[in-house]
Amino acid sequence: MTHWITVISFFALLITGAEIVISHPRFYWGETGNSGTPALFTLPIPASRDTVPTGYGYVMPDQNGWSRYLHFEAAWVLVLTGLVYAVAGLCTAHFSKNLLPPPADRRWRAFRDVFAKTLRRAPPDEAESYSYNAVQRIAYLLVIFVLFPLVIWTGLALSPAFDSAVPAAVNVLGGRQSARTLHFFVSGFLVFFLVVHVAMIFVSGFWSRMRAMITGRVVRPSERT
Amino acid sequence: MSNISRRKLITTGLAATAGVAGLATASHLARRYGLIPPDHGGIYGPGETLTYAAQRLLTKHSLAREFPRSMISKVPFANPTAPPSEDFKRHQATDFSDWRLAVDGMVARPASLSLSDLKGFPVHNQITEVTCEEGWSYVAEWIGTPLVNVLNAVGILPQARYIVYFSIEPDWWESIDMADALHPQTFLTLGMNDGDLPVSFGGPLRLRVPRQLGYKSVKYITRITATDSLKRFGKGLGSASPEGGYAWYAGI
Repeated sequence: MTHWITVISFFALLITGAEIVISHPRFYWGETGNSGTPALFTLPIPASRDTVPTGYGYVMPDQNGWSRYLHFEAAWVLVLTGLVYAVAGLCTAHFSKNLLPPPADRRWRAFRDVFAKTLRRAPPDEAESYSYNAVQRIAYLLVIFVLFPLVIWTGLALSPAFDSAVPAAVNVLGGRQSARTLHFFVSGFLVFFLVVHVAMIFVSGFWSRMRAMITGRVVRPSERT
Repeated sequence: MSNISRRKLITTGLAATAGVAGLATASHLARRYGLIPPDHGGIYGPGETLTYAAQRLLTKHSLAREFPRSMISKVPFANPTAPPSEDFKRHQATDFSDWRLAVDGMVARPASLSLSDLKGFPVHNQITEVTCEEGWSYVAEWIGTPLVNVLNAVGILPQARYIVYFSIEPDWWESIDMADALHPQTFLTLGMNDGDLPVSFGGPLRLRVPRQLGYKSVKYITRITATDSLKRFGKGLGSASPEGGYAWYAGI
């Protein structure tokens, strides 16, 4: 349940985030940056404002108003859902049981085995149909406990009012424009995870994974034959 | 089986009732403590209300970050405004010597202040950042008198809950709640970086609200009015921004 709410709000954040970036597709490092200062890098896209030098002769339609409203509303949904998930995860020991790699898997060998098996295209064994392997576990833990907190933090650091209450939130990131650039890159890592994650689901059989994700029921490999 | 489903039904019913009662209490408290923004309607209303309420609880008195003089941007940037109106050009021709700021509404002594009247108030300076909703920013020194000084001088009435402020240019107006209006960094700004405030940055008079995004800092201010309700202004959404699709509260 929390997963699917997160999916919806993540897509809302992604689309509106892209719309907001289009209004100023230049990125900077440090506290300040604007069309009159050199950029760290510029996305090769046209802008929705005519004040941004992009090299394109035209200006995209301005979609920032509703994009910003929806971005922050979806962020609230994501954060509140994340809190429910985190509390539930701690209460049911989901994190330690299903996500923290078991002691035997906390070695490079375990990771090598996963890659080797994948490359050999070996079918998943009985245990893997029910649980995650070491690489999956590390990826999920990174997304849940590193990337999502980082994207929320760097996003909050872009709020001038929040920064007035918690100046360290933006100062330790190196300034406002650094926070904006980091927010962009962390979002990029989350999109990268999403692409791999969805690709894995297709590789491992879309319908059986969907059934498992929605109903929790897994068809055993032995049943399939 | 039927026992369990009955128990489940009762539990669910109780939870739903508690939820509805909780929401009703929350909305009552939010109204009482001024945690509901004027643009709380529509599909984005819940998110906007959560943001505004959270910020009011967290940032009522906090100060925007101030920077050392060495961090003042060499290249400040101002979004171009629409071509100036005939009114503005007339004032510009006389070097703004007849510029007036009307202060009215819920105040004991409505006033009409010239720029030199405003300079007669204690003049302060602050080095703060302008942050545009588009993403860019710059740091500058701003010189002016805190709005709170002017509000105190005209005797702001205790029932006032918002300050609405208008540009000389048509359809350009905003409003802020009293937390931002009485905030020591909310300036009626007359100068920038040791000089007069340039026209492109809002001169001769701009209301700067440094804890919110740039679009709340309206340029060319000619009137401020104190009110207990925003319903009578424009479409009742609080300012021109929500009428154009942008959030009223811009501290995010």
